[in-house]
Amino acid sequence: MVPFAGWEMPLQYSGIIEEHRAVRQSVGMFDVSHMGRIEVLGREAASGLRRLCTYAVDRLAPGQGHYSFLCNEAGGILDDIYVFRLASERFLLVVNAANADKVRAWLEAHLPAGAQLADRHRSTAMVAVQGPRAVSTCAAVLSAELARLPRRGCAELPWGEGVLFASRTGYTGEDGLELVVEAGTGTALWRRLLDAGAAPCGLGARDTLRLEAALPLYGQDIDEGVNPFELGLAFAVSLDDGADFVGRRALLQVRQEGPRRLLACLRARERGIMRAGYPIYHDGEEVGHVTSGGYSPTLGVSIGLGFLPPPLAKVGTALTVGVRGRPLPVEVVPRPFYRPPRP
Amino acid sequence: MPSPKDRRYTREHEWVLVEDDVGTVGITDYAQDQLGDIVYVKLPSVGTPVRQMEPFGEIESVKAVSDLFAPVSGEVLEVNAELEERPELVNLDPYGRGWMIRVRLSDPSEVERLMTAEEYDAYVAQEAQA
Repeated sequence: MVPFAGWEMPLQYSGIIEEHRAVRQSVGMFDVSHMGRIEVLGREAASGLRRLCTYAVDRLAPGQGHYSFLCNEAGGILDDIYVFRLASERFLLVVNAANADKVRAWLEAHLPAGAQLADRHRSTAMVAVQGPRAVSTCAAVLSAELARLPRRGCAELPWGEGVLFASRTGYTGEDGLELVVEAGTGTALWRRLLDAGAAPCGLGARDTLRLEAALPLYGQDIDEGVNPFELGLAFAVSLDDGADFVGRRALLQVRQEGPRRLLACLRARERGIMRAGYPIYHDGEEVGHVTSGGYSPTLGVSIGLGFLPPPLAKVGTALTVGVRGRPLPVEVVPRPFYRPPRP
Repeated sequence: MPSPKDRRYTREHEWVLVEDDVGTVGITDYAQDQLGDIVYVKLPSVGTPVRQMEPFGEIESVKAVSDLFAPVSGEVLEVNAELEERPELVNLDPYGRGWMIRVRLSDPSEVERLMTAEEYDAYVAQEAQA
């Protein structure tokens, strides 16, 4: 067990690589109850959230979700979040554990009077079930309805005495579901999935999986000095729907002028492991540093993410990473490092 | 499980098995378990001099990187080339096929400064509690 954003979290159960493979080949599950969950309700929930989210969340239909950023006026990212529209006047926000208090305070300070907050962080438990067999496993033992959820879709279903929230989302690059139940039934949900063959997975595999999928992690690849265009995640920024939001003016300017740096995918060309913090060199000159790095169990080599000046962030650029004083040749490769085979 | 009694141990969790004036070096079962899945072992080339309790290589697991410390001084006679393709042998068989280097000892009396299996097991039990 390791401390993570104020929670005690398992780093691994059977072993990081074994858990990683379970998710890539079959089905694994993660206790992600540490992730913040905040409901926003009321007549002004949609318009209030639109004022704070980079994505046009007011255009989501009930049953749809989308990735979004919360930015400050300068376009810097306060948090990267998932927004689900449960009903026309009811939204669920899933936010990073380390930012949960900050986000709640930001929402409290900026949402209009016609939107109310309900913090569901302690009252619910959350399990991510991921892998090619995730949806069929959940459909078999929880509810057949789950097989009908579209990508990024969400639903609330009766389960036992209570309610099961499910979304077809995840943080591994695989198909899968994220499930939220009342905290008291979290253990029952976990056991049910365990009996159905879902492999318990810890933070270690969560990190190797998201890195292969090139999904950035707040606190490592993202902070308040980073904007969405630098991450290459413009799909979560709606600048053309006519709505104003915090940070819009700054982001319009970034879009117009182009980002000053870009998050690039780096793949090692020799043995050796790049890790967060290691310097990146081009022609002997330091041009950035690795923000996330490690070993890719699927590719069998080291991979990493790092910000580079745009001309160097092009696929094929040869660079080196300083691995404790030794140069490790790396190459900029297309994003993501890994994509699941089409079914 | 008690550590093999035929070898000596360092506080950094390496073992050395001495036969005549040649020492075979690896890491302990406790060390491989703490490191988790091992994905890369960087070893010196044959002929490199190593010094007792100075780093001779590096071991990378999915989780972290650690230095490897030489239990004895001498010259590297042989390296386990199999680890290049199969670093996981260190996890699977730390006292056997997961060996790392063989060293010609320059000072066999150094071995006496290392822990016996009993001393090492007591040391690990203490470290695990801390």
